[in-house]
Amino acid sequence: MSWRGSYQGSSFFELLQVEQPQLLPNVLAWDQAAKDSIPHGTTVLAMLYEGGVLVAGDRLATAGHSVASRDVVKVFATDSHSCMAISGAAGPSIEMARILSVELEHYEKIEGQALELDGKANKLSQMIRQNLPAAMQGLAVVPLFAGYDLRRRSGRLWKFDITGGRYEEAEFDATGSGGLYARETIKQAWRPGLDQASALSLAVAALTAAADEDRATGGVDLERRIFPVVKACSGDGVQDCEEADIESAYRDAVSRRGNGGSSQ
Amino acid sequence: MSMPFYASPEQIMADKAEFARKGISRGKSIIALEFDGGVLLVAENATSLSKVGEIYDRIAFAGVGKFSEFDQLRKIGVRFADTKGYSYSREDVAGQALANAYSQAIGEVFTREMKPLEIEIIVAEVGDDRWEDHRRNSLYRVTFDGFISDHADYCVIGGNVDEVETVLASEYREGLGAGEAVKLGRKALDTGSESSANLNESTLEVCVLDRAKPGRKFTRMSVEEVKRMLEA
Repeated sequence: MSWRGSYQGSSFFELLQVEQPQLLPNVLAWDQAAKDSIPHGTTVLAMLYEGGVLVAGDRLATAGHSVASRDVVKVFATDSHSCMAISGAAGPSIEMARILSVELEHYEKIEGQALELDGKANKLSQMIRQNLPAAMQGLAVVPLFAGYDLRRRSGRLWKFDITGGRYEEAEFDATGSGGLYARETIKQAWRPGLDQASALSLAVAALTAAADEDRATGGVDLERRIFPVVKACSGDGVQDCEEADIESAYRDAVSRRGNGGSSQ
Repeated sequence: MSMPFYASPEQIMADKAEFARKGISRGKSIIALEFDGGVLLVAENATSLSKVGEIYDRIAFAGVGKFSEFDQLRKIGVRFADTKGYSYSREDVAGQALANAYSQAIGEVFTREMKPLEIEIIVAEVGDDRWEDHRRNSLYRVTFDGFISDHADYCVIGGNVDEVETVLASEYREGLGAGEAVKLGRKALDTGSESSANLNESTLEVCVLDRAKPGRKFTRMSVEEVKRMLEA
């Protein structure tokens, strides 16, 4: 600690860049060879409901064609009212979520006032942009960011591309290898003013559909008791959805349909 | 040809200390005291500029003297703690290490720079019930020359430390409730206050390190909350 440090701003990410660059991931050192050997996260989704936004992710991480982990967590609370869900290279993505959560808390403590939700999304987009060299080697970080906007009194969500492009979605989005299937499922049933319980059912149904069609997405695993992580951001803050509710939503979703096109 | 002045190191240090003390003695006082639910920080402060701030999960900061200087210290404390917590774990950020780092940094300015810092600070840490060896609260005081001391029960910084401490010494007891602690804090600050006006919710800044709160334990009390505590 010194009285006059070389960095005087309010950003933790910039503080590390200036004073402790060795603590940040060295994105230039990663190359194509790393792509298939490190775990990748797969399907995550977010959708608005009346009074908030729901964020969900499956638990499977893959490395090439192998299972890297069956119970990885891809949805993180980044502060009391926002969440980040990651798909893409798991290592850099999880690290980015960690830095973002320190970043938001750091700013709040230094400035004495929390960032606006727009400011948080913008900061994340800058961090993704820093990762571009690694993304060009296949180690992309493509998160969803969602939160409750305390000024507008509603949930909001953003998707990003590898260049840090930031796009606000007005209804829902899903990303990752099974994102297409999840999005299609949500599209069938999403409507404005959905309540939280219906949003949870729809999220679980979408992840189940993604797991059915995409081998890199894990669904609900009743045998091993592994459930997707689902978080709800509302005016009350970020809350985890109960496993029991996820389980009943899952049972409900599978009972309402056939056996997935099998001839048996 | 004029000869440069010679001043002995003793004289230089004494002058600097004199200078810093003069700056601090004009300031109002701040008390950190332990109560049954954690640590309470009470400052005489009628402005909207905070003298008490959050550093990390279990650690708070309070400063008196020159605002720009102690606020800068608060910020470098946040940077120190966040960097440490990020590179190790949240549990590795400890009040003692922070107070030591402050002592080093402030002492360094005192010896090297022309002008010493005209500040005095408190680093308060609430105990952690999860770890057997870490249940106690800690209160550290660091003065303008980097001198560090640790305190049990309560700790006072600012202009009239002796008078404020006299009240606390006779009336403090272990296991105070939050309301009682705020009232005792006000009484002690009242005694030390130059204006000798009755301090109330709008002239007090009250923050709490709440032992029972999960995660970040620092809370800033609103004017209404302080009013309720003083009236209860």
